[in-house]
Amino acid sequence: MTPGSTDRACVLRLEKIRLSFNGVDSVLEDISLEMWTGETLIVLGAAGAGKTVMVKVALGLLKPTSGRIYLFGQDVTDFDEQQWFQIRPRIGMLFQEGGLFDSLTIEENVAYPLVNRSSLTPDQVRPQVEEALRFVELGHTMTKFPSELSGGMRRRVGIARAGIADPDLLLYDSPTAGLDPITANNIMSLIIQERELRNATSAIISHRFQDGHMMANFRYNPESKRLEKMPEDSPMRARTRFLVMHGGRIVFEGSERELDQSRDPYVAKFSMQRSIH
Amino acid sequence: MFDFLKSPILTFQEFITLAWRATTNIVRRPFYFNDVMLQMDVIGVGSLPITVLIGFFSGAVMALQMSRALSQYGATGQVGQITAITLVREMGPVLTALLVAGRNASGIASELGSMKVTEQIDAMRALGTDPIKKLVTPRLMATAFTLPLLTIIADMIGIFGGFIVAVPLLRLTTTEQYWNNAWRSLEYNDIAQGLLKPLVFAFVIALVGCLYGIRTTGGTQGVGRATTQAVVVASVWIFVFTFLITRVFVNL
Repeated sequence: MTPGSTDRACVLRLEKIRLSFNGVDSVLEDISLEMWTGETLIVLGAAGAGKTVMVKVALGLLKPTSGRIYLFGQDVTDFDEQQWFQIRPRIGMLFQEGGLFDSLTIEENVAYPLVNRSSLTPDQVRPQVEEALRFVELGHTMTKFPSELSGGMRRRVGIARAGIADPDLLLYDSPTAGLDPITANNIMSLIIQERELRNATSAIISHRFQDGHMMANFRYNPESKRLEKMPEDSPMRARTRFLVMHGGRIVFEGSERELDQSRDPYVAKFSMQRSIH
Repeated sequence: MFDFLKSPILTFQEFITLAWRATTNIVRRPFYFNDVMLQMDVIGVGSLPITVLIGFFSGAVMALQMSRALSQYGATGQVGQITAITLVREMGPVLTALLVAGRNASGIASELGSMKVTEQIDAMRALGTDPIKKLVTPRLMATAFTLPLLTIIADMIGIFGGFIVAVPLLRLTTTEQYWNNAWRSLEYNDIAQGLLKPLVFAFVIALVGCLYGIRTTGGTQGVGRATTQAVVVASVWIFVFTFLITRVFVNL
């Protein structure tokens, strides 16, 4: 199946989302966006722009003050927590700091989505957990605890956990924040691999323009097992969109080329071209 | 005008909601038995040595204090009765609860608070687990089960501490009279309030610890604040409830 041949369905739709804490400070203002199957969405913005809050609203972890949320074609805005528990397993999420459970081993952490959802025992899911950890090159850390791993390793475990239950939508919240450039690149290449191998719909939130550039221009070659530049006519290019957020609003939406051409000084800060020159 | 009342009323509302959800979860699937056992070990077994120590000394000091007053009336033979009644009705439950509040309400608040600020609670929700069921209910069950047991142990050790002071140390009375007196003075009313109190205190300790933990905001500083608040609030409510329960039982 070539990318693009799948029936495109709307995975996530946010409609005029507004969120304010204690009724005064508006954290999100009039946020509307759509994500379709197979798409990659790159959400850029400085710290405090409302990126993480937006993802938490999409996951039902925060309730919007007004507006509607649709997930997999279903209006989930008024879902109670129990109903959200039914739909959330379809979404894989990597939290800013990894969000790993301190008291569980790496194996238990990665197995959590599988063991929790079904009546499977840790022994039954072990092969899957091993494979997921091998994918992020951390097969040897099964019995370790998160506190024994470095920041980058914890992030990789988070990626393994987010993807293990084969979710329909993957959300990565600042996967490279606070990491050195080499580790950050490794993390991004893992996310790209995950996208290609699963043909997953994914959203990456980041404050680094390099992350967006990598997602938009590189693909994983399973034969050479390396990242390589995407051909100009690759359908993946058309399915990669950029969003720039500022002060709780979406101030830009479009392709990388449009991002590079934007005259808005804030948006231009996230353009790879202009940042280099 | 009444804005200053808004925050305590909201907190109380949150407390009631949490108490309701945590309690109804006891009978709802899935059950996290392993977590309950683990918490029983942490809260119950972990608090045992210090409970024994405090129980012993509170009984001993009670007998010491009473020795002078009783000898004035020539009633030193009643020392067993006084020690037993004060311990079973009041000192045992309250002191044990204060200890467990200091040890575990803070522990629970800091553990849940750290989980909150490192997004583990959000991660748990995102992975389809109800944090109230997984974190709050086991702690509530474990505290509600172990605190009455700890109180019974503290009472017994306390009466024994009183005995050590009253008989071998001060020779206020005979061994037989002390134990007879202690045993006979206790009525069902005393035992009932002595066991009802730790059960109520257990709800206060576990739920206050969990509430302040789950509400934590503002990084590591917030965790410290939540921990302190949990201990202070739990301790105050222990005194309020012991007054209310005693008030009810005094009239019975």
